[in-house]
Amino acid sequence: MINRIQQLGAMGIQTFGRIGISGLFLLRVIFRWPRVIRTLPLLIDQIYVVGVLSLVIVVISSLFIGMVLGLQGYNILEKFGATPQLGQLVALSVTRELGPVLTALLFAGRAGSALTAEIGLMQTTEQISSMEMMAVDPLWRVIYPRFWAGFISLPILTVIFMIIAVYGSYLVGVDWLGIDPGQFWSNMQASVNFRIDILNGVIKSIVFGFVVTWIAVYQGFYTKPTAEGIGRATTKTVVYASLAVLGLDFMLTAFMLGGW
Amino acid sequence: MVSRRLIEFLVGVFIILGVAALFLLSLRVSGLSAYSAHNTYKISAQFSNIGDLKVRAPVKVAGVRIGEVTGITLDKKSYKAVVAMAIDKNDNNIPTDSSASILSASLLGSNYISINPGFEDEMLKSGGVIDETNSAVILENLLGQAIFKPKDKKK
Amino acid sequence: MVQSDVMVDINDVYFSRGEREIFSGVDLTIRRGKITAIMGPSGSGKTTLLKLIGAQLTPDSGSIFVDKIDMHSLSHKALYKMRQKMGFLFQSGALFTNINVFENVAFPLREHTNLPEDMIRDLVLVQLEAVGLRGARDLMPAELSGGMAHRVSLARSLIMNPELMMYDEPFTGQDPITMARLLQLIKKLNAILGITSVIVSHDVVETAGIADYIYIIANGKIVGEGESEKIMNDNNPWVKQFVHGLADGVMPFHYPANEYKEDLGL
Repeated sequence: MINRIQQLGAMGIQTFGRIGISGLFLLRVIFRWPRVIRTLPLLIDQIYVVGVLSLVIVVISSLFIGMVLGLQGYNILEKFGATPQLGQLVALSVTRELGPVLTALLFAGRAGSALTAEIGLMQTTEQISSMEMMAVDPLWRVIYPRFWAGFISLPILTVIFMIIAVYGSYLVGVDWLGIDPGQFWSNMQASVNFRIDILNGVIKSIVFGFVVTWIAVYQGFYTKPTAEGIGRATTKTVVYASLAVLGLDFMLTAFMLGGW
Repeated sequence: MVSRRLIEFLVGVFIILGVAALFLLSLRVSGLSAYSAHNTYKISAQFSNIGDLKVRAPVKVAGVRIGEVTGITLDKKSYKAVVAMAIDKNDNNIPTDSSASILSASLLGSNYISINPGFEDEMLKSGGVIDETNSAVILENLLGQAIFKPKDKKK
Repeated sequence: MVQSDVMVDINDVYFSRGEREIFSGVDLTIRRGKITAIMGPSGSGKTTLLKLIGAQLTPDSGSIFVDKIDMHSLSHKALYKMRQKMGFLFQSGALFTNINVFENVAFPLREHTNLPEDMIRDLVLVQLEAVGLRGARDLMPAELSGGMAHRVSLARSLIMNPELMMYDEPFTGQDPITMARLLQLIKKLNAILGITSVIVSHDVVETAGIADYIYIIANGKIVGEGESEKIMNDNNPWVKQFVHGLADGVMPFHYPANEYKEDLGL
């Protein structure tokens, strides 16, 4: 019994220790004077890897999610004779919840895991170590641009997700099921508030971008330098990032609905 | 290996896409900035009951949207709701004796303000007030009243 | 300013990884402009020693001075400044896998200097020529053999003209001809440019051939030191067994374990 309690304690200490280390790591990455000329090309490279390459999966997913929402929503609203409200239903669910959360989850799976694997591989093959010995700070050269690229890319991907999902439901609702386009848009516009719905959605995605990329680069940088270690770190990134996104989403939503 | 120029180009396109998406969201989805301060003029009206009317609800003439509700306040003396509206500058031909009513888009739909144009030659200017108003139709009241008079004149 | 004769001074260093003690009181001196070899059986912590000198690892106790500066008391910035004077050849090569050979070698120049592009090109080609891989400049690291990657890595470590060059197992995976070339190159770099060299290796004959001074590490301690001739004829049982590659002797072949009989349950 005492052994169990002791194990629990040890686990607690370890967990807090790890959170502390990752926090310090984050501080070391963020608080630097940006050296624009040297960092900008690296940042652009990473936005390409992290953002542009995630665009395809985000666009396809959002289109289908919008279309499915349109279909499901239409079937339910039809019972109340309220099909013109479809635009409102889709737009609100997409801008408030589905857009930020699903994009963040897709992002964790596509870009987050890739970031961890890449940095983990650099760690395993001593590339990070050799950079240190060449007097090049890997936090600068490797982590900093990747972190900011993720932070910048996720909100952009999220707004793209939102708009495509809305047009996906338009495609199904208006072009296919025959809702009047004027009603579709005007009902949507009457109920969607830019600040409360869209901006809060974007704020959520900014928070998610921060957390997901943080977890990804941290897991990559502290990978156990073995092939197995990389695999494990990649899994951890996806699991932790997804859990963090869902948990934070609840907190942010509670915060935002509570008189924001 | 993708060339440097292509990467830069694609990243540029990516960022433009993001900005365009945000722009579309604000304009098309939330209907923002269609009625910003510089291309609208303000009018107001007092209602004895606004029902479920919300800020940013559309203002329509004959079903065509011409503006939106920008603010709802309570007049402390008369206990009436003062609804401020922003109307598109192009629709500057609302006669001063027009009447405003709060209607529902459908049984479950949200409320909007419908302006019924009058016959005066003089048109409403910025800061103008619509005197003749019809309050929102409250479903419960409707059921509770045997005889319902839709027009109860203000003032 | 009179330059000190001592480049690296290691005093009574203890270092352990987890439970396992790797160094227990190592004293070592590396003289400026000389080739010093550090030899020992695998697992004796030779690479760890180099990483301690480069301050990538911190000793549990003891001090390490490079050019009279205590490496482990430096600020982050000062440490990176010191490292610019050092070159480190990794056992694995540690090339950046996402850029080609040319860019790999040019990497330190691009990071630390603002030289114009044509100058960088010339400098890189000179280094690549020296390791015989000028023709391979457009290849990606994945297309290189292990030995070639090692040579590219050597070119990369040399491009900033280090004062102290550390070679971690430079001869592993090289064919005899390349090995001879490499030996020649290390010798030449040392003789012409006066680069202080530290070679970590277990190839006794080759290393002893060019080293001015040899240390032999075993069991977490220095067990023998001296000029190559002295080492080759040393009578210390550890040294003797290692340099002559004897199968039987004092060096443990087995990883520490409890009694064999006990383990088998006899």
